[in-house]
Amino acid sequence: MKNKKPKRNGSGDPRLDKVLKPYKGEPREMISMLQDIQDEYGFLPEDALRQVAVALGVPLPDVFGVATFYRMFRLNAPGRHTITACVGTACHVRGVPRVVDELSRTLGVEPGQTTPDGEYSLETVACLGCCAIGPVVVMDGVYHGQVNPQTARKLVKTPAKAKEVVKS
Amino acid sequence: MTATIKKLKDLTREKERIAKAREAYPFCITISSGTCGLAKGSGELVKAMQAAVKGLGLSKKVLVKSTGCHGFCDIEPVVHVAPQGILYQKVAPENAKEILSETVLRNNVLDKLLYTDPRSGQKVRYAQEIPFYKAQRRLLTKANDLVDPESIDDYIAIGGYRALAKALLEMNPEKVIDEAKKSRLRGRGGAGFPTGFKWEFCRRAKSDVKYVICNADEGDPGAYMDRSLLEGNPHSALEGMAIGAFAIGAREGIIYVRHEYPLAVRNIRQAVAQAKRRGLLGKNIFGSGFSFDVHIERGAGAFVCGEETALINSVQGLRGEPKQRPPFPAVRGLWGKPTNINNVETWASVPIIINKGGDWFARIGTEASGGTKIFSLVGKCAHTGLVEVPIGTSLREIIYNIGGGIKGEGDFKAVQTGGPSGGCLPRHLIDLPVDYDTLAKAGSIMGSGGMIVMDDSTCMVDVAKYFLNFLRNESCGKCLSCREGTQRLYEIVERICEGNGKEEDLDLLEELAQVVKDSSLCGLGQTAPNPVLSTLRYFRREYEAHIKDKRCPAGVCKSLIQYVIDGEKCIGCTLCMKQCPVNAITGELKKVHKVDSDKCIRCGVCVESCKPKAIFVV
Ligand SMILES: Cc1cc2nc3c(=O)[nH]c(=O)nc-3n(C[C@H](O)[C@H](O)[C@H](O)COP(=O)(O)O)c2cc1C
Ligand code: FES
Repeated sequence: MKNKKPKRNGSGDPRLDKVLKPYKGEPREMISMLQDIQDEYGFLPEDALRQVAVALGVPLPDVFGVATFYRMFRLNAPGRHTITACVGTACHVRGVPRVVDELSRTLGVEPGQTTPDGEYSLETVACLGCCAIGPVVVMDGVYHGQVNPQTARKLVKTPAKAKEVVKS
Repeated sequence: MTATIKKLKDLTREKERIAKAREAYPFCITISSGTCGLAKGSGELVKAMQAAVKGLGLSKKVLVKSTGCHGFCDIEPVVHVAPQGILYQKVAPENAKEILSETVLRNNVLDKLLYTDPRSGQKVRYAQEIPFYKAQRRLLTKANDLVDPESIDDYIAIGGYRALAKALLEMNPEKVIDEAKKSRLRGRGGAGFPTGFKWEFCRRAKSDVKYVICNADEGDPGAYMDRSLLEGNPHSALEGMAIGAFAIGAREGIIYVRHEYPLAVRNIRQAVAQAKRRGLLGKNIFGSGFSFDVHIERGAGAFVCGEETALINSVQGLRGEPKQRPPFPAVRGLWGKPTNINNVETWASVPIIINKGGDWFARIGTEASGGTKIFSLVGKCAHTGLVEVPIGTSLREIIYNIGGGIKGEGDFKAVQTGGPSGGCLPRHLIDLPVDYDTLAKAGSIMGSGGMIVMDDSTCMVDVAKYFLNFLRNESCGKCLSCREGTQRLYEIVERICEGNGKEEDLDLLEELAQVVKDSSLCGLGQTAPNPVLSTLRYFRREYEAHIKDKRCPAGVCKSLIQYVIDGEKCIGCTLCMKQCPVNAITGELKKVHKVDSDKCIRCGVCVESCKPKAIFVV
């Protein structure tokens, strides 16, 4: 009963230990683990990936294989603010490409990149399920519908906190 | 205190208790607060309403309920006042007080918040009089108007878990499968396999451990019925899963839900926890001896994981790559055990079938396919939202009667159905009945129910490019024909959009598309060419205009268009000059301006800023 779990002691990072604590250490848990790590850090730090490999007893390349297969995982730290534009079909036909171009131009980065000052990350996603009110842009968890290039620019300039943040 | 439900009579008693508690409130204000409602400010509205109820001393009289999406997302936030039955649209937090003081307390209708029927110009008071709702048959979605997704009591109050009790206590697995067969329910996830037969295969598979899975990966970008159901009425899919598990002999279920739907994830998690607490999941449900548990896995953003074998890999913690079928999951699925996968909407239909009977359900819909289907009517349609109609309803009925036709001045050009596996159907097919077989014959599919309406400002070549871009990015890369094929198809269409297409390209596209279709491993590759093939079939002239005339008739493809200022209309206000991010517009106050095409990046900001609409695309 009292057997130690030596695999668990190596992390040295209490924040990470806390995230990994509920897990049994079975390989099937890898994706959930990575998701929880990303929820905590905003990305997957390399050390954390190593720790996942140790905790699950799988080779590190397997962990990388999974982390790079799935679109949600990021291996670099995001900016302080994240702007996500939906590039799903409904938003596409309603003109989201021009919104993305405008955001790109305003921020000086391409989708998938973070501004050099670490302030903004520009992301795209294929459908947020608000297709009826597209184009949809999410700024720090706050959803905005019927966005056009002008309103998109304003969003960047005033990261509003007024509306409800949607979190799982 | 909430009581555990151990017997059927506990459920009945709970239902009565909840009803009584609700009756204590003479008024109920319901606010639609799905993700789309929240995007439009329903979160603040709920808070304002609660504060106003308190402020006016109405806490004992008015129940404020926040629900999931009511479907007509275009007019959110929506407020429903009961018992008056009035529906208010686009309500702002400032309106909260007057709704209470006028409508609730004095029975006065606030005309300014009513919906105006665009056809008659008349104000409409009641939801069922709005054309968008009138022609629907909201078998599944109706409950979204009634239940607070965070409250299992609300679900019990509308008869929730009664179907599960009936299945467990009054039926046996064979009888449940029989009803499912009789209902002619076909899978709502896209492939349209008859659900009852699928269950039977899995029931017959010999194994002491079996699984049921709810596919809530909803990968079609442009479809959101699964989000709406899970988010707005999570218990219905749960109840359906429990009934299905009983039918096939599974004791464990998994819900695989898209992480891009945070509210759906939250609500289904909560629903599972509540159902466990009440004894509606877990051991010996209703004292029947049947035990069933559910846990939730979040997707991680891969379209291919909606495919059942890829999904199973993903649940096992692996890369979501599909596998050759057979063996089908019904024989060898999750952890090598017989597994039955159904879509959210399929599962949510099950309690209705058990309650009302398979024959009843089969009478709605067509000969080959029973029940209703939810469509996500979006794009250039006047009224966008979720539309539930009997299977077999015509495109015209959905797009024109319910959707109000095209928004603004444009003309209807095409409707895209079935997402990346589907195709674009042109105007002359508008009277097609929407069912699995008819749409497949026309070169598209019904799919999971995305319906993206396009007008003459949508370029069909660009749409083909859009889907190919999506598919080449989402191809898992396991098989060559899909990985390389979607990439090459994309490159050809891209060069056509850039004005570098050659006449032979169209034949090449068709030939290559056929190869990808025939030789890919999973449904992703097998159907990937559909968007390009269907646009080639129905809109070949538009491709030819790009290739031969170097023209994009819809004015979308940037390399082939220019912005021009109409000298007659331009009033020389300099607004466009100020807005242009690259200083491509020159001119003086009160004199006609000019666009320098070499500098212009075709962002369209000037067109939007021009009040007299003097800037147009050629
Ligand atoms: C590339 C691809 C993506 C799919 N995505 C989904 C999806 O997002 N949701 C879904 O329910 N089914 C999806 N399917 C279909 C599933 O493989 C499976 O047929 C379905 O979940 C079965 O449930 P049903 O019979 O209730 O429709 C997809 C299939 C393919 C080939
Ligand atoms: S297509 Fe943008 S939210 Fe669905």
